[in-house]
Amino acid sequence: MLNIIWFLLVGVLIIGYAILDGFDLGVGILQLFTKDKKEKRVNINAIGPVWDGNEVWLLTGGGALFAAFPIVYATVFSGFYLAFMLLLAALIFRAVSFEFRKYVESDKAKGYWDLAFSVGSLLPAVLYGVAFGNILRGLPIDKDGNFLGSFIGLLNPYAILVGLVSLTMFTLHGAIYLTLKTEGAHKERMTGMINKLWIAFVVIYFAATVFSFFEASYLFSTVMKNPLFWLLLIVLFGSIISIPVLVKAQKNGYAFLASSVMIACMTLLSALSLFPRLVPSNINLDYSLTIFNASSTARTLETMLIIALIGMPIVIGYTIFVYRVFRGKTEITKESY
Amino acid sequence: MDAVILARIQFAMTIGFHFLFPPLSIGIAWLLVIIEGLGWRKNDAAFVSLGKFFGKLLALIFAVGVATGIVMEFQFGTNWSVYSKFVGDIFGAPLAAEGVFAFFLESTFLGLYLFGRNRVSKGVHWFSILMVAVGATISAFWIIVANSWQQTPAGFIIQNGRAELTDFWAAVFNPSTMVRFLHTIDAALIAGAFFVTGVSAILILKKKEVELAKKSLRLAVLFGLIVALLEVFPFGHEHGRQVAQTQPEKFAALQGLYTSQTGAPIALFAFPTEPPPELKAKIEIPGLLSWMAFGDINARIRGINEFPKEEIPPLFLTFVSYHNMVVLGMYFILIMGIALYKVKRNTLWNNKFILKVLAWSIPLPLIACQLGWIAAEVGRQPWIVYKLLKTRDAISVTVGAGEILFSIILFALIYILLISTLLFLMNKKINAGPEPAVAKEA
Repeated sequence: MLNIIWFLLVGVLIIGYAILDGFDLGVGILQLFTKDKKEKRVNINAIGPVWDGNEVWLLTGGGALFAAFPIVYATVFSGFYLAFMLLLAALIFRAVSFEFRKYVESDKAKGYWDLAFSVGSLLPAVLYGVAFGNILRGLPIDKDGNFLGSFIGLLNPYAILVGLVSLTMFTLHGAIYLTLKTEGAHKERMTGMINKLWIAFVVIYFAATVFSFFEASYLFSTVMKNPLFWLLLIVLFGSIISIPVLVKAQKNGYAFLASSVMIACMTLLSALSLFPRLVPSNINLDYSLTIFNASSTARTLETMLIIALIGMPIVIGYTIFVYRVFRGKTEITKESY
Repeated sequence: MDAVILARIQFAMTIGFHFLFPPLSIGIAWLLVIIEGLGWRKNDAAFVSLGKFFGKLLALIFAVGVATGIVMEFQFGTNWSVYSKFVGDIFGAPLAAEGVFAFFLESTFLGLYLFGRNRVSKGVHWFSILMVAVGATISAFWIIVANSWQQTPAGFIIQNGRAELTDFWAAVFNPSTMVRFLHTIDAALIAGAFFVTGVSAILILKKKEVELAKKSLRLAVLFGLIVALLEVFPFGHEHGRQVAQTQPEKFAALQGLYTSQTGAPIALFAFPTEPPPELKAKIEIPGLLSWMAFGDINARIRGINEFPKEEIPPLFLTFVSYHNMVVLGMYFILIMGIALYKVKRNTLWNNKFILKVLAWSIPLPLIACQLGWIAAEVGRQPWIVYKLLKTRDAISVTVGAGEILFSIILFALIYILLISTLLFLMNKKINAGPEPAVAKEA
């Protein structure tokens, strides 16, 4: 039971990260398509006060994975070594780019840190999907739980396609967020982007789902009998379809909610099809790392649960408070980035 | 090169670089709690302006700390997978707790502190910097819990080929946690005090908002002298006693005690050579080490000769880094004492020499932190978890030496870029100085 709770909690942290830092990453990517200097500045300040807290979801997710499922933490992270180093390098550049671009003076230097911000956002957005794709497809895990693959092996067509799913998903999510933070022509441009991104996302997501039937058919073997699967699927379709409708009706807050629900449903659907596996082995499914053979002891899971139950409500409380302080359109002041 | 050596270089480099920033952030944040608090409660425009100025510098340092800290959370898994599997049941919990109780707090409230000055009341704004300081301190607590468990593991049994938790509180408050936490936090406060003092000294030397800079210097020097004294006694002293009791090999290596001795001396100066291990050109105070470790000048202390050869740490590096840290600790008391004396006599402001010394002393507490960290970690070798797992048996089995070398080069290049950009921008911000204090409109 504790193992199942922790499977869900790690899922919650991943979803929290994807929804919250997801729009930060999206904004970073959209920066590539923003030419106007003032608009660029508004974009970066739209996430300025909150991005750091959002990224903590990733760090805490990493910590929680280590604490609850250390075998997965050790196997996947060492197995994805080079991919992780690239991800870390990207996140480092992104994290410093806010402060650094603020204080450098020349346009050229600002341009470099803008680029660091965008690439530092784009790479994690793609790698998020690539990691998911590889896990869904299964990894070459031997019977001792060691990863036998290579970096090149991680860049298979299926994983790259899922990487494009997450790329378009986060960019779409970021564009919707920006419509809440911008005004006038800037907002209209973002609204235009949403429609294009939505089409791209739907096409790629559909293609990836079809691909999954061939590449990871085991995922569908039992899950289709589960009513929860169908429920999530219906909610997912509902949220995807409602995005352009809500944007058109100028209900951007609800559109943002819809894209958040969409991200949550996509992650939950993956989790449900994987369950109880965390990392399937594509050498032999019996070698998979599961929530039972890869977990910490019951005592640790219980202790961690208490920590989570005490800590997370407080975190959510002050996070909501800070978001409320910064709600509304982004204003550029002297303190801004 | 050997993958173990490379993995150790990689870890030492990434954590050493990261460890430049958290002590500064913690120290500056607590000083800002005082500065912003004075600005708010006394309605003092000078402190408000100083708060903004040091707040911006904190933001820069904090950003690099966050950026380099991301690596920390993941590299146990990427580089030390055998270690991660072995200790995961115990070691992961403090890292997760750090995320839940500390990272969220400091990061969320830093955003509010930096951008919320005109959006929330003064009290809430002050509360936000308080939460940044508290969060950063809690973060230090949990990471020191994790590291202290490597030094003096407790609350576990070895079962199923790994360390399994039996008593959470015993693991958290293992024999070295609290002394190491207090020692480290105080070191961070010293780093913050020297930063604020040194930056204020630069402003005075450059004649930028001199009246403001005098205020922050006064405050930081007093604060600095207190925390520098506390670092020697009780914190440093207690930490020494703890190491003597729980990690005798490390203690012997730190002190350069290569043969067991009653009435063991403290080496004030020496140059260690080996083999055989020996202190050259030494100046000693007899009996003092025995007294400090066990409260008795005649107490017998075990020397390196009593321990199996394969279980003793590298002697030169532990001795040298530890002793230089201690020398710096003494220097901190001395220079802060002189500065405070001159502040009280009102003679500091024109004393260019002392002001310059204070400015150049900014990096010294950080060097002391690095030296202390090296002494602590190298002194634990060859163990990654004391007496339980050796470092050479703990690395990722599936990661090749070439991959590790690649990541070393990658991070080295990134870190050179980061530190040079950071120093350039800090220098620019410091030279620009704080805004003039504006009288309250109300």
